[in-house]
Amino acid sequence: MANPKSAYSVSTKKEKSDKHIIVVWVDNEAGVLARVVGLFSGRGYNIESLAVAEVDAKKNISRITIVTTGTPQVIDQIKLQLRKLVPVHKVADFKRNDKSVIFKEMALFKVVGNSNKIKKAINACKKYNAVILDKTKKSNVIQITALRREIDKMSKNLKKFGLVSVSRTGAVAMTRGDKVFN
Amino acid sequence: MSKLYSGAEVVFKCLEDQDVEFIFGYPGGAVLPIYDELKNHSSIKHILVRHEQGAGHAAEGYARSSGKPGVVLVTSGPGATNVVTALTDAYMDSVPLVCISGQVPTHLIGTDAFQECDTTGITRPCTKHNWLVKDIKDLSKIIHEAFKVATTGRPGPVLVDIPKDIQFAKISYSKPKIQKKLNGKSLNIFSQKDIDYLIDLMNKSKKPIFYSGGGVINSGPEASESLRELVQLTGFPITSTLQGLGAYPGDDNQFLGMLGMHGTYEANNAMHDCDLLINIGARFDDRITGKIDEFSPNSKKVHIDIDPSSINKIIKVDLALVGDVNDVLKGIIKTLKSKKINLNKSNKQKISKWWEQIQKWRTKNSLNFKNSDENIKPQHAVQRLYELTKDKDTFITTEVGQHQMWAAQHYKFNKPNRWMTSGGLGTMGYGLPAAVGVQIAHPKKLVIDIAGEASVLMTMQEMSTAVQYNLPIKIFILNNQYMGMVRQWQELLHEKNYSESYSEALPDFIKLAEAYGCKGIMADKPSELEEKIKEMLQFDGPVIFDCRVDPNENCFPMIPSGKPHNQMILGPSEKEENKITGKGKALV
Repeated sequence: MANPKSAYSVSTKKEKSDKHIIVVWVDNEAGVLARVVGLFSGRGYNIESLAVAEVDAKKNISRITIVTTGTPQVIDQIKLQLRKLVPVHKVADFKRNDKSVIFKEMALFKVVGNSNKIKKAINACKKYNAVILDKTKKSNVIQITALRREIDKMSKNLKKFGLVSVSRTGAVAMTRGDKVFN
Repeated sequence: MSKLYSGAEVVFKCLEDQDVEFIFGYPGGAVLPIYDELKNHSSIKHILVRHEQGAGHAAEGYARSSGKPGVVLVTSGPGATNVVTALTDAYMDSVPLVCISGQVPTHLIGTDAFQECDTTGITRPCTKHNWLVKDIKDLSKIIHEAFKVATTGRPGPVLVDIPKDIQFAKISYSKPKIQKKLNGKSLNIFSQKDIDYLIDLMNKSKKPIFYSGGGVINSGPEASESLRELVQLTGFPITSTLQGLGAYPGDDNQFLGMLGMHGTYEANNAMHDCDLLINIGARFDDRITGKIDEFSPNSKKVHIDIDPSSINKIIKVDLALVGDVNDVLKGIIKTLKSKKINLNKSNKQKISKWWEQIQKWRTKNSLNFKNSDENIKPQHAVQRLYELTKDKDTFITTEVGQHQMWAAQHYKFNKPNRWMTSGGLGTMGYGLPAAVGVQIAHPKKLVIDIAGEASVLMTMQEMSTAVQYNLPIKIFILNNQYMGMVRQWQELLHEKNYSESYSEALPDFIKLAEAYGCKGIMADKPSELEEKIKEMLQFDGPVIFDCRVDPNENCFPMIPSGKPHNQMILGPSEKEENKITGKGKALV
């Protein structure tokens, strides 16, 4: 081989990277998010989006949803390393194209312009559960819930209707049917 | 109402209930209440170091040689930051440490107060877990939990940060319910089916090899007994990582020596050519695997490890047994015995060719070196030291560099917990304070730090600790006036441009020893070496031994970076043909 790799090299056999959604149930205590995020940055894994909030106030449990990409080996490492953290209770992993899981993101769009433009903007948003949260003569704040690529598309399309500001969350996930991940 | 204790008292109550005998520490403003309380607890002895890094490494030496967790006590700010190197070292080498640090009072946290730092933030990536105690009610629970986290599963360091006002606050204390020691048994997730599969693989194998690591040591002395029994039952060859030395007797015929970058020719070639590789408590570190694409290409691979995240991290394996090494080994031995499988007999025929091959590799005598009458060869010095100390139960620590590899190659260990070295992090300056900790745990035993002159100067101040507590540690410096391993790599990779790797103005180590109040000995002729070593061994007290060795000697054999196991450089004459090229140069 022309360029010998070595000691520090990884396999040259490149595995395919896939998008995964990792869900982590953790004790809601100070620094827990830093532990999870620090694990990702420290070991060179990437975070595409992140959503975190307490889901059980009594048991003090937060649910962290992380969208990441990696080879099967990297995804395995992410899960195993996360499980080693003391405040982590359980870790679930879904492939992005898993049909048995629902993924949703939310976005807020502020559109400024004449009523015609605003109307067009609202119309364009309709198929994504659009809700008008704020309304003035010159502006509207529209909330939509959709998939990441749909929101990507909308933030591009609404530009021509006077989109001035976008705020969006990371993805959250839940399995379909009556099954609960344990 | 039950008696109220201060936070500082609770710290000691917890340490007493954890059977802590020694604390390695250094006082400061934010831990004064704890230090004030020290006098009331006679069962706990405090060892005053000269730098917090020394406290950490001493606690590591104590833990590694005794199997008990090491306890460190430091103040806030610089006290905590100074201990970070030792915590990282312990994290990489899976050493159980409990570090208690003082912190500024809770109402001052976040105000950039004097000697304030974000200790839990800084130590988050180098501990298994850490805690900032914000409420006195949590203190005892956290400290007991800290001991549990440090010692169970794959051991490692933890840190408890205690603000000064918490140390003064009052609370009642009740002894924790004594939990049955799990020793990571809850992590055993292997089944009898896995063991049966492994035995099937062992039965079929024609070219098997065991590759054992520090996990065997961490699993306790019993695991070493089990390992010996299994290796004898099977008749398979065994090699060991740097951290695993001593788990299997170094002078046994089935032992092929250490493997990896500076491992023996026979061990590395056997790893490359084997058809069954059984990893026991090691982690496929990059110093071991060399080029991953060509690592043991034709073998079935089995991995026994307590840490599930070690499995398939670097090398994909065919069978993983996650659990405590001793439990897994005992399971295998029990099954072998109950099935009356005597691999040693039934396999003898099958693997006899393998042993013939290994003998051929052995005749290369890869640890050989050209001895000299004029200069002391460092390898010769280690060999003499071994010959003169092998009848005693000797504990060896090292610094990091060429001397460390020579010690690993030429000093043979027959028992676990006798070899303390910084493998994962490669911390220069580890050996001297570690020797202090080892001697504390084993006051009557011979403790030697095989050192390099550059490394040892990094933590030399701990000689003062050794003198204070009458610790008769022997610092055996292989003095070649170079940062030897740096120079070796510069020779191999950077056209002998010895940039900044020569130490000018080294201290006179004899005078330095005398300044610290211990004994200094110097040897620079091969003829006087033996006599001087004896003088060192006979002296009852700490010694700095300045062994002036050939400054140009390199550490061989060596797998150059970028090469697989079967392409080793055996000695200086071979270097030219095996030049490191291309990307290999960029790697460490």
